[in-house]
Amino acid sequence: MTTFLIDTGTPRRIKAPVMQTQINGMASPAEARIRVRHFDFFYADAKVLHGITMDIPDRQVTALIGPSGCGKSTFVRSMNRMNDIIPDAHGEGVIEIDGRNIYDGGTDVVELRRRVGMVFQKSNPFPKSIFENIAYGLKIGGVRNRRQLSETVEKSLRRAALWDEVKDRLNDSAMALSGGQQQRLCIARALAVDPEILLMDEPASALDPIATTKIEELIWELKENYTIVIVTHNMQQAARVSDRTAFFMLGRLVEYGETNTIFMNPREKMTEDYVTGRFG
Amino acid sequence: MRYATRRKIVSRVAEALCAVAVLLALLPLVLILFYVLKEGAGALNLAFFTQMPKPVGETGGGMANAIVGTLILIGLAGVFAVPIGCLCGIHLAEYPETRFSSVVRFAADVLNGVPSIVVGIFAYGLVVLPFKRFSAIAGGVALGLLMIPIVVRMTEELLRLVPSGLREGALALGATRGRAVFTVIVPAALPGILTGILVALARVAGETAPLLFTSFNNRFWSLDVTQPMASLTVQVFTYAISPYDDWHRQAWAGAFLLVMIILALSIMARLAVRRLERMNRG
Amino acid sequence: MTRSRDDGMFRFTTAAFAAVVLLIVIAIGVELWRQSFLSIEKFGLHFWTGTIWNPVSGQFGALPFIWGTLYSSILALIIATPISLGIAVFISELSPQMLRQPLTYLTELLAAIPSIVYGLWGIFVLTPIVRKLELAVPDPLKKLPLFSGPPLGVGMGTAALILAIMVVPFTSSVAREILKNVPMAQREAAYALGSTRWEAIKVALGYGKSGIIGAVMLGFGRALGETMAVTMVIGNNPQVSASLFAPQYTMAAVIANEFTEAADELYLHALIEIGLLLFIITIAVNALSRLFIWSMQKRTGRTVILRPAAIEEVAA
Repeated sequence: MTTFLIDTGTPRRIKAPVMQTQINGMASPAEARIRVRHFDFFYADAKVLHGITMDIPDRQVTALIGPSGCGKSTFVRSMNRMNDIIPDAHGEGVIEIDGRNIYDGGTDVVELRRRVGMVFQKSNPFPKSIFENIAYGLKIGGVRNRRQLSETVEKSLRRAALWDEVKDRLNDSAMALSGGQQQRLCIARALAVDPEILLMDEPASALDPIATTKIEELIWELKENYTIVIVTHNMQQAARVSDRTAFFMLGRLVEYGETNTIFMNPREKMTEDYVTGRFG
Repeated sequence: MRYATRRKIVSRVAEALCAVAVLLALLPLVLILFYVLKEGAGALNLAFFTQMPKPVGETGGGMANAIVGTLILIGLAGVFAVPIGCLCGIHLAEYPETRFSSVVRFAADVLNGVPSIVVGIFAYGLVVLPFKRFSAIAGGVALGLLMIPIVVRMTEELLRLVPSGLREGALALGATRGRAVFTVIVPAALPGILTGILVALARVAGETAPLLFTSFNNRFWSLDVTQPMASLTVQVFTYAISPYDDWHRQAWAGAFLLVMIILALSIMARLAVRRLERMNRG
Repeated sequence: MTRSRDDGMFRFTTAAFAAVVLLIVIAIGVELWRQSFLSIEKFGLHFWTGTIWNPVSGQFGALPFIWGTLYSSILALIIATPISLGIAVFISELSPQMLRQPLTYLTELLAAIPSIVYGLWGIFVLTPIVRKLELAVPDPLKKLPLFSGPPLGVGMGTAALILAIMVVPFTSSVAREILKNVPMAQREAAYALGSTRWEAIKVALGYGKSGIIGAVMLGFGRALGETMAVTMVIGNNPQVSASLFAPQYTMAAVIANEFTEAADELYLHALIEIGLLLFIITIAVNALSRLFIWSMQKRTGRTVILRPAAIEEVAA
């Protein structure tokens, strides 16, 4: 089992994008985990995503950036078909995960969402105990064994770097935790069902800087085991945590590449204007 | 069977059961409306509206006195409840956050939950006992008491629907609060409040229990509000528990009339409010 | 100066009318107590435990009525709660958008039908049906206390059934409002962890649990005070029986039937004391129900609007 050293206080372990490419070594992305081809999305008659095509590599962090309303959230929510619960919304095109199009008729959405975890902008713990929150996904999946549940709860909380803070009060209500702790709890809850891909929709936007730092450290550690897609409106954050960055604008994918390329040397004028803060 | 499959089946079954629940609730609604229509519409005729009840044993006759009686009773109820209810509602809407307002709001909710028969006893003690006589006034007071909480909450809510721009506009022109409320805000919400009052009237028009020992009943034509007075509901009750087929027929006719009045008023109110909301938005 | 005085006038006048509403509630309690003291003094607590109700001999024991009221209301709750929650879930979670308004309106319509019409329908339509059902109960089951006695049609079972129908619109409308106030994020969290639709609905219901309990209690309060429809189908026989077939009596029904017949003062005071208890119980149940709903509001930070059903028609 992996154990993490909790480095309290100094956020030094976050690496600058430059160092990051050095670590990554080869510039070309690893094997694509998620393959998107000509993906459109509609709310009723309004088309909000236009022909998105991109490959998302395994065990890396891919950031989706862009001004609000650009479709990045819709896109990330398309990858676990979360948008299905919105009436009159539908997607067209191909999003392949491990070679299977999740928009095929036969897709088991419940199973898909178990494999593709999601963390939301606002933390949304259930009004239950910390333990029950983490155990929820397992319980609905039919796990009843108390020991197995306890082990998974501990493991997930450790992975989400929350264990030390809550280990003595697992039966307390999750609502009593601070905002940052709640968000890490939600991450732990998502990890507990053992997903392979983790989608994060602006996971730190409602948090203070210290809590944000913790979440960013966590993302950095999690990518060892997970393929992570993170939506963020915070460009520094994208630069800090991601390996690759996709810039969205008005429902189109404008530019996609290595994070430091996007930030240092973008191909498109629009991307450059956005990352340098000229609009957004 | 795979656990995942079982979960999906459970989900489907539970969803289907929810739909069944809706049908289970609609079934009695349809049945009641069907029987009221079938038994009531057939029994309704001109005599029902124009004639007095016939003595026991004679067939025919009508409920003219009870129809007029019900109108008088709800009229009295309105006179009694509308000023109190509206002004109270205005206070709650204008000073929503004060401690007093939340206590009053709670009191209105409590009053709304008090069984109508208990309100009847109160009206009996308040009006019947001191004057030693059942009277239309006592019935009107009982119905008015039942109307008050409805009018209060309705007025409060409808006033809150009024766009805040209107109020600010009036206050900016130097109007006092009272002036702003009565010249700008209340008129804007007036169509809604009026229809709301109609619905509240329709609701108490269907009350029986509190009338049994306040306005009592009267087999004769009477417009005197200090005397016992017939009402549709009490008359339907009397006829329903009687052993005579012809009276049963008339009870159905009375029920039909009641339901029609209530349906018509509630549909009218609904349309009026929809128009009001569209006006406010547009 | 003028301006502030005018405002004060406005505030004071409207507050005075608001105070009237408050006074009415207090006055009801005081008046009921005042009008029942003969009975309170004479019988004390025995009034609530006595089973004999004999106005002729001056014996007044209210237990059969209390039993009848509680038993019929609880039975009604058992029938109405699953149906009401099913309706609330269907309308707020499952139904196509275009069906929501009409279904809401139709279920509210159940609340608009007068009690007396329910009673009339109960006597002439429901009672014969229930009687047929009672006749169809197989003999071995008739040995159970629940199904003992002759199948009359009128009785506890019919009363509970009609009460259940009447309670459904109240409970379902509050429960629907509660579900509407459960944040979408709760359902999303459940879906994102691989929940089925029903599992996500259970999460939403769990989040609104206290509000849902409040909704159910609100329905209970309604059932306790319901008068006419019950009076017309319950059989009006003061006895403590577990049987659904047995004609029984409720607190509201005895007041409705005997109030104008109460020849002496003690009789009248005994009836009003029953009214007093009914008043206290319904206030307690309603207050408790509101507390539950408020605790739900604290969680969501949003106000759950509790409307009398009549307002629902106008403002929905």
